[in-house]
Amino acid sequence: MILRLGSIIRKEFIQILRDPRTLAIILVIPIMQLFLLGYAATTDIKNVPLGVWDQSRSPESRALLDAFRSANYFNIAYQVGSQDEERSLIEMGRVRGVLIIPPDYAVHVAHGDAQVSMILDGSDATAGSTALSAAQLIGQAYATSVISDQTALTGRPVTTKPPVEVRTQVWYNPDLVSAYFMIPGVIGMILYAIASILTATTIVRERERGTIEQLIVTPIRSWELVVGKILPYVIVSFLDTFEVLIIGHWWFAIPIRGDLGLILLTSGLLLLSSLGIGLLASTIANTQQEAYLTVWLTLLPSIFLSGFFFPLEAMPPFLQAVAYAIPLRYYLIIIRALLIKGVGLSAIQNEVIALAIFGVVIMGLAAMRFRKRLD
Amino acid sequence: MPDADFLIDSTNLVRYFGETHAVDGVSIHIKAGEIYGLVGSDGAGKTTTVRLLCGALRPDSGDISVAGYDVQKRTEQARSQLGYLSQRFSLYEDLTVLENIRFFAEVRGMKSNEWYPRCMEILEFVGLANFKDRRAGQLSGGMKQKLGLASALVTRPRVLLLDEPTTGVDPVTRQDFWQLLIKLVSAPLTPDPSLNIGSGSRSTPEAIGGEGEGVAVLISTPYMDEAVRCHRVGFMRHGKIIAEGTPSELRAMLKDRVLELSGTPIKGLRAIAQKDADVDDVCAFGDRLHLRVKQDKAQVVIDRLPLEIQSQGAQVNHLRSIPAQLEDVFIYLSEQSYE
Repeated sequence: MILRLGSIIRKEFIQILRDPRTLAIILVIPIMQLFLLGYAATTDIKNVPLGVWDQSRSPESRALLDAFRSANYFNIAYQVGSQDEERSLIEMGRVRGVLIIPPDYAVHVAHGDAQVSMILDGSDATAGSTALSAAQLIGQAYATSVISDQTALTGRPVTTKPPVEVRTQVWYNPDLVSAYFMIPGVIGMILYAIASILTATTIVRERERGTIEQLIVTPIRSWELVVGKILPYVIVSFLDTFEVLIIGHWWFAIPIRGDLGLILLTSGLLLLSSLGIGLLASTIANTQQEAYLTVWLTLLPSIFLSGFFFPLEAMPPFLQAVAYAIPLRYYLIIIRALLIKGVGLSAIQNEVIALAIFGVVIMGLAAMRFRKRLD
Repeated sequence: MPDADFLIDSTNLVRYFGETHAVDGVSIHIKAGEIYGLVGSDGAGKTTTVRLLCGALRPDSGDISVAGYDVQKRTEQARSQLGYLSQRFSLYEDLTVLENIRFFAEVRGMKSNEWYPRCMEILEFVGLANFKDRRAGQLSGGMKQKLGLASALVTRPRVLLLDEPTTGVDPVTRQDFWQLLIKLVSAPLTPDPSLNIGSGSRSTPEAIGGEGEGVAVLISTPYMDEAVRCHRVGFMRHGKIIAEGTPSELRAMLKDRVLELSGTPIKGLRAIAQKDADVDDVCAFGDRLHLRVKQDKAQVVIDRLPLEIQSQGAQVNHLRSIPAQLEDVFIYLSEQSYE
């Protein structure tokens, strides 16, 4: 029995190593996802091209521009001299925004009620909003330094109102690093998507290529076949988890504050669900393509409703209710809490229990159905 | 109780697929050293029968025992005595020849100290020893079938079930394949002293199976020239075995009822022959026609038909009684079963 199981596992590993497609899914896709989501799917801004219309041309205005330059958010690309120029630069997309410093800026700084205005290209709402927030932050930081300068010169108490005000609307905190939110999610995605897709296709491949017929007439029992075929992918999934954790930690500086044992345990619970989904899909599908599509049908809603991209709290109540049926939802809460907040088991016990129940139920269903299909 | 003489002993197998009687009351009994041919057209139920016998499908009713083990109750023991080669090549194309054989040897319970010499022996037997490190996917069609046979034989099964193993294989390879089968049933692999496989197999020869006696082979085939090679043949139609016997027994069913006609033009001859009241059927065999005539009417037809043909301006080269070929019998049987 152990020998049989060992043979299946060894065979499966040989096949994994010889199949470029499977290898690519295992090795490349996690890294691709990690970097894509770590960099591209970020709402942080950097080096946004900015035009400046400095009507003040005073030491005060130059100091403000220095502050903009030194914070990496903006790249001051153009000096603007007229409204027409300002409009054409934005229209042509040369700049994302124009900072206008009024002629009386220096005077107002002295009075403590300076204002500058910022015109932003709103066609990309997210980037625009973030740029606004960043501009506001720079303004505030600069204002603070102005205040301390004044205090040192005059010896008067600090005025409550900052002397420079960049008029912006704050709705997003630019200090939030998106990667902190995304990368724990990538771990969940990989455990969920890769494990279920690989499990479904590896089992369906036996049916598609007719090899299942040879397996059926051997003394292999159906549970041995399932375990023997799934176990390599459990190992592979954990390797992928480590891969993402390590790159996430060293490259994106994601903290790993929680207990590693707990991370592995809860990851194992999620794997139970995803392997079960893959196994279920394999009992429905007859070709690898069908299996792949079947798994994706369940994966897509899972990804969007699990809070992977969008915070659960922002969803309408109906979708929030649906999300309770998605195992990945619980895992994402768990893994984010474990990595970023470093909580213990007590803080996440409800999610862990829910995840365990899902895992056992899905796997149980799959195992039952699989037995029938072998006949 | 299963008869100990029969390595395959199946009674009254029935299997439905929805409304279709895929297999409808099939009984097959095969002894050691016997090659049994299951013949019939596509959809006759051959593959379903073979799958029932090896336990890949469950029958809706009926009993099967393989080497004395009930396939449904003692599945594992029965399967350990069973080699099965399915119609489609169904080994792992991304594994090498040796890896494939090793895998099937191991999952059938062969110990790690046994599999290597046994695998090499079996590869030698089927003539694939030089290709042991080649990926199965890169083998030719014939070599794939040999590999399939090798992996079915590696654990020395006493029963071999082959589902159309030579379909789509070139004639030379088919010939090779049959030589292997004949060697297998007449002179089993295992007694060869040079092939002594370690101590494990010595102590429990019966458990390994096949020692000292031949293997029972069931082969399904659509080819008549292969059916002739079998010791016994069962002809399947619509899920039933409608005739069974040695090839000569089957051919005797049409003793003195087949005439061979040649002449010109062949089309015209055919039309004239079909009109004869005592001719049941006309079949083209190359440039000749086979006429199946009613019982005891051969001489009547031989006397009458050439005159009729000449009177219509066609020409007869010869018309004579010939021994029936299996193909004649099967065409005859196919028509019978419609009635």
